[in-house]
Amino acid sequence: MLNIIAGTLSSGVAPVTSSYESIATVTVGAGGSSTITFSSIPSTYTHLQIRGIARTATNVSLGLRFNSDTASNYSRHYLNGNGASAGAGGGASSTSAYAGTTATATSAFGANVIDVLDYKDTNKYKTIRALSGGDNNGSGFVQFMSGNWRNTNAVSSIDIFQVDGDTITQYSSFALYGIKGV
Amino acid sequence: MAAGSTYTPIATTTLGSNTNTVTFSSIANTYTDLVVVVSAAISGGATDIQYRFGNGGTIDTASNYSTTVLYGTGTAAGSYRQSSQTYILADYYAVPSSTLGNSAAIFQIMNYSNTTTFKTALNRSNQAGGGVDATVGLWRSTAAIDTIRFYANTNGTQNFLTGSTFTLYGITAA
Repeated sequence: MLNIIAGTLSSGVAPVTSSYESIATVTVGAGGSSTITFSSIPSTYTHLQIRGIARTATNVSLGLRFNSDTASNYSRHYLNGNGASAGAGGGASSTSAYAGTTATATSAFGANVIDVLDYKDTNKYKTIRALSGGDNNGSGFVQFMSGNWRNTNAVSSIDIFQVDGDTITQYSSFALYGIKGV
Repeated sequence: MAAGSTYTPIATTTLGSNTNTVTFSSIANTYTDLVVVVSAAISGGATDIQYRFGNGGTIDTASNYSTTVLYGTGTAAGSYRQSSQTYILADYYAVPSSTLGNSAAIFQIMNYSNTTTFKTALNRSNQAGGGVDATVGLWRSTAAIDTIRFYANTNGTQNFLTGSTFTLYGITAA
């Protein structure tokens, strides 16, 4: 997708729309959900992108794990703005990557675009990055987030959850897309 | 898992003359998210791009919008907020200059056609001599978005310049 956008900006070439495919969508039903899961991810793409909206009651940071690995095999960082100042943080041996932001106001949902690069490459660890934000009309964050999974296995499943354990509320929705290479 | 090709170009506008607003209207509700790629110059420069949403062809000009900004100036990082405004602020330091090609912005307008949630949009803007911004904007309406209007500042005193481009894409989830 990045090449598509770059091509559009630099030379006006038409996007190669067949290289970007929808794989699956998870929408949270009544009662909410603790985890959004994409499983049995096909290995026919080069990169993955996850796009979604999410709401929680109190805490806003979303985490991401690959292949159900809950061990301290992740590093993660964020750079954010809270409306008054910029902040940054991270951890070297964490149990998840940072992957997004929720909103907490009634009917407000955070927006997230998460890139998972070279997800099936068994020669390298896996790195993700995210642009995310949740605005509550008076509070909220916009954030760059990232994570590294110290594992060379191909990614076949992805879990997204609120890192402090908040329930992801009804109508939150995430869609998984595959981006082909040549 | 189902798979289907998506990321569809919907419309492109290349300005043939200077204008204060650029509007995408009658946007079909057949997509999940919208992406808008903007490469613009503004008369006089140093003016924010602002945008509003509409439904049924009517732009909402009430104070139903808010924005949170993360910015970098080249020497410092910071954050800024506007609440209960009549527009979403697209940029803060990465405001377009008066020179074409010096700025770029990509907007992500999420779940735009649902009628259950308020609408949230992300934007990333760069301006070669100004800075870099990331913004999240909220429209406190559950109406489906079928119109997006970009302003070279809603005060109407400045214009997007000839040659500025605005391209709208639709992304459909399985």
